[in-house]
Amino acid sequence: MTTALLLAAALAVVCVVAVALPFLREPDPETDALDELDEGERRRLALLEERDRALSALKELEFDHRTGTINDQDYREQVGPLRREAAAALQALVRDAPDQPKEAPDRQGRPVNGRT
Amino acid sequence: MPELGRAALVVTLGLAVYALVAGAMAAHLGRRRLAQSAQNALVAAFFSTLVASLVLVAALLRHDFSFAYVARTTSEALPTGYTLSAFWGGQEGSLLLWLLILTGFGATAVRLNRRWARDLIVWVVPVFAAVATFFAFLVVAIASPFVTQAAPPDGAGMTPSLQNPYMLAHPPLLYLGYVGLTVPFAFALGALLSGRLDERWLIATRRWTLFAWTALGIGQLLGAHWAYVEVGWGGYYAWDPVENAALMPWLAATAFLHSVMIQEKRGMLRVWNVLLVILAFSLSLFGTFLTRSGVVNSIHSFTQSSIGPWFLAFIAVTVAVSLALVFWRLPLLRSPTKLESPISREAAFLYNNLLLLALCLAILWGVVYPMVSEAIRGEAVVLGRSYYDFFLRAFGLPLLLLMGIGPLIAWRKASLRSLATTFRWPTLVALSTGAVLLALGAGSSIPGLVAYTFSAFVAATIVMEFARGTRARKALGATSWIGAFSSLMARNRRRYGGYVVHASIVLLAIGITGSSAFDSVKEAKLTRGESLAIGGYTLVYRSLDERQSANATEVRATLGVQRGDKDLGTLEAGKNAYTIEQQVSNEVGIRSDKLTGEDLFVIAEQIDADGSVYFRVFVKPLVNFIWLAGLVFLLGSVITLWPDGKEQRRLVARADEVGLPATR
Repeated sequence: MTTALLLAAALAVVCVVAVALPFLREPDPETDALDELDEGERRRLALLEERDRALSALKELEFDHRTGTINDQDYREQVGPLRREAAAALQALVRDAPDQPKEAPDRQGRPVNGRT
Repeated sequence: MPELGRAALVVTLGLAVYALVAGAMAAHLGRRRLAQSAQNALVAAFFSTLVASLVLVAALLRHDFSFAYVARTTSEALPTGYTLSAFWGGQEGSLLLWLLILTGFGATAVRLNRRWARDLIVWVVPVFAAVATFFAFLVVAIASPFVTQAAPPDGAGMTPSLQNPYMLAHPPLLYLGYVGLTVPFAFALGALLSGRLDERWLIATRRWTLFAWTALGIGQLLGAHWAYVEVGWGGYYAWDPVENAALMPWLAATAFLHSVMIQEKRGMLRVWNVLLVILAFSLSLFGTFLTRSGVVNSIHSFTQSSIGPWFLAFIAVTVAVSLALVFWRLPLLRSPTKLESPISREAAFLYNNLLLLALCLAILWGVVYPMVSEAIRGEAVVLGRSYYDFFLRAFGLPLLLLMGIGPLIAWRKASLRSLATTFRWPTLVALSTGAVLLALGAGSSIPGLVAYTFSAFVAATIVMEFARGTRARKALGATSWIGAFSSLMARNRRRYGGYVVHASIVLLAIGITGSSAFDSVKEAKLTRGESLAIGGYTLVYRSLDERQSANATEVRATLGVQRGDKDLGTLEAGKNAYTIEQQVSNEVGIRSDKLTGEDLFVIAEQIDADGSVYFRVFVKPLVNFIWLAGLVFLLGSVITLWPDGKEQRRLVARADEVGLPATR
């Protein structure tokens, strides 16, 4: 009984310490605000999703065409709009991009990690 | 140490309440340290629940009958494996397992996704905590596994039908599935609460949903096999309300796994996806309620208990709050794109979704109908097998066909000409199969014939997709055909893993059709030396023996089996009389033909004192395809679930790019 109660008390103490840890680690932080996306960042996230969606759809279409799942006619009808969507998303990202450093103009307008 | 177990659960309840309140405040006020503290509380809740669980496991292994739960569910003579399975064999223990898995999944899901969805996670934590609070409250105040008593000399033992190896895996897998559906629910509600209805909640939960769906699927198949070999009525699925309770969330999750692709690829069905996640989670709660409330008669039900009303109230609150949130966020859920053509992949997936949902709702109506009829007419009317079979055919057969059509149609819009080209070979294979089967006499069951024809169609499309994909990879530079195939699978695990899962559904359809539409049954009372003929087999009743095992007296009738002139050996069927539990179970005899997948299934229904036995014998063609389907299903799910490092890197990079640094 006593051992059980001691173990229970120890468990409770460990849990309280775990819960209080963020406050113990940073008793007086510079800022306690959450990392929230502002309106511009949320719009940028939506554009990035749109870009990735269009690029992934293009990739799938190319492979389906190569395998023969999609015939030439369907491929031709779809590839144009998909390319335009991807290009529009990329252009919107460039327009929307925060100011780029002048010494790196070659990176402007390129998607993340150099992917095209 | 029941005090330690009780205290650990009280600590869990305290932590869950704290995570709920602090998490909600942190999210609302935008407080970073408070949010981290709430996350830590969720993780700590898992460890305190683990301590409580270990206390119960220790009590079970030590046969400590001062724990009322241990005395009620085990006995000294019970083998160790089944003693351990008593953890989830009773009401209180299984609720504790729910809580353990829930807090474990919550803590893991939060940790795994915090790098690229931190702003969303802040709102997810209080949702997890709310569900955990409910279950912690149940095991602390309503159904504690740590109630003590003066220890009796021995326990009451375990229900004989639960003393089966399948019971070691079937219930925990179902719990993993039920509880796993909390993860997509928590993320969906987190996204609604925060207004972060971008793609991230879907990506964060896709694998969890798939995991829960796989666990539910395998759990149900194991349960079906358990019913087949142990319950001894000659079937594997009886449309029992509790079986249906596991099937319904699985169907809803299946619909979600398909419709989520439409949102990812086309940005459509955003409201629909959120609603499907809410439906799947609510149905998993409903299933748990059914098992525990005593409102339905089922071999799976726990004894009638007081937790039913609590569950009902929790389900009502969950559904009401979730729907209110969806309504509130409708403007944010509007889709930017529309369906361009009724002949497109997204349209096929939509039809698939409607059929899955229709089947799910038809089953739900069948489950609740006895309760509704009792409330209205004062008499519980149970809808029988024919009701469910009708809807399985009406919705299941088109679903089977769509499984072959959907993946091969182009997104957005497909031309009729392209359809004719794409489906030329599969259609030819299907029609040839149908014609051959008709010539062989399969026309005795039209739904069966249609099911086989559709199965052939889907199988042909799957083979064609793998063949074309491998050929394309080879053309792109793979050194060998094996290399091309591996590269095909590795580059798009989700798509080709999905095809493997589809192949398992084809096997399942073949097995179910063969064993239900083309089976035969015969009954006879035999004395020693007499024989019975069925489906080409001849069974001769040879002897009756009695023997003693660790916890039961076993009576077995031995039958000699012949097919034509060929001697196939012997088969035993009989009954076990469990001493402590004072119950008798059927122990069936099964002879499987590994080549054809057919089973000869013998039940010794009644054993008379003079040694004569009343036998019921089934021949079930292709039934073993059902169990084979389970293995293929697992393989396909593992391929699909395999972590995708490229996707993770892309998500982290995307988070970095919008200003959510991946560190801290």
